[in-house]
Amino acid sequence: MKFRLNLVILSLCFWCIFANAQDIYNFANNEQQKTFNYLTENLRCLVCQNQNLADSNASLAKDLRRQIYQQILQGQSTAEIQHYLVSRYGDFILFKPPLNITTLVLWFAPFALLLFGLGILLLIIKKHRHINSAKMTLS
Amino acid sequence: MFNYAKLMKFLLPLVLFFLISFFLWKGLQQDPHQLPSQLIGQKVPAFQLAELLHEKQMMTPQIFQGHITLLNIWATWCANCETEHPVLNTLAQNKNIQFIGLNYKDDRKAAKLFLNANGNPYQKIIVDDQGTFAIDLGVYGAPETFLIDQQGIIRYRHIGPLTTTIWDKEFAPLITQLEKE
Repeated sequence: MKFRLNLVILSLCFWCIFANAQDIYNFANNEQQKTFNYLTENLRCLVCQNQNLADSNASLAKDLRRQIYQQILQGQSTAEIQHYLVSRYGDFILFKPPLNITTLVLWFAPFALLLFGLGILLLIIKKHRHINSAKMTLS
Repeated sequence: MFNYAKLMKFLLPLVLFFLISFFLWKGLQQDPHQLPSQLIGQKVPAFQLAELLHEKQMMTPQIFQGHITLLNIWATWCANCETEHPVLNTLAQNKNIQFIGLNYKDDRKAAKLFLNANGNPYQKIIVDDQGTFAIDLGVYGAPETFLIDQQGIIRYRHIGPLTTTIWDKEFAPLITQLEKE
């Protein structure tokens, strides 16, 4: 009896897996569903800016999901739908910013910093080697 | 040689510190909700929507021709629009500017009641129940206000409620410039 009750409680815990902000959309095939999931997960909701379109419950996010859904049914490609949204809301709507002149620093600064750090590390190692070898010759 | 290395050791972290502080400080001043419009310098996107108070009248981008227009996106469910409304009422006394409202995803009845109670600054009101025209305009937070020139080209966009300070600082100089063109 107790075991059964536990089982019920346990099963209730997993309900949240099925809960998300999405409305029910029917697609002709799996490919379309995948495109929809990819787009809504990788586009920013502009109202609650740290949420993606898939998770957001904002009314604008709902409208944009509907818009994306309709465009997928019309046979638009992922790139075409992304372009449609970027031309209205700007690159900010993309969670992965495109590589262009304004985002150059954003994309390459981490690598530049990494190289810089490696350079300093090498300098330190070199110096210590020098000191160590000096000690060696002393001893 | 030794002196140079010592100087670098001292200067480099200092320069880095100031550089990082500068960018962090800059970041603090920025409002992530104030995004530049993608549509500045472009024509108002095509639309064909009804007028709120004269439902048989169809509105198209034709209404922007030959006027300097303020296109204000509002709704009765939007609390900031209510705060903004008295400012719009005052600004609408300027007869050189055409005031157009865009009633965004609203209930028509509620919208009419709201205007009856609070005054109507708009010469015409576009009804966008579905929010599709608003998406074409890149609207993401009502109230928003667009300044449109005599050729129907978007010149400026403000997000959030209008205030007289913002009006004097951002809109008024642009409007005098447009009047000269």
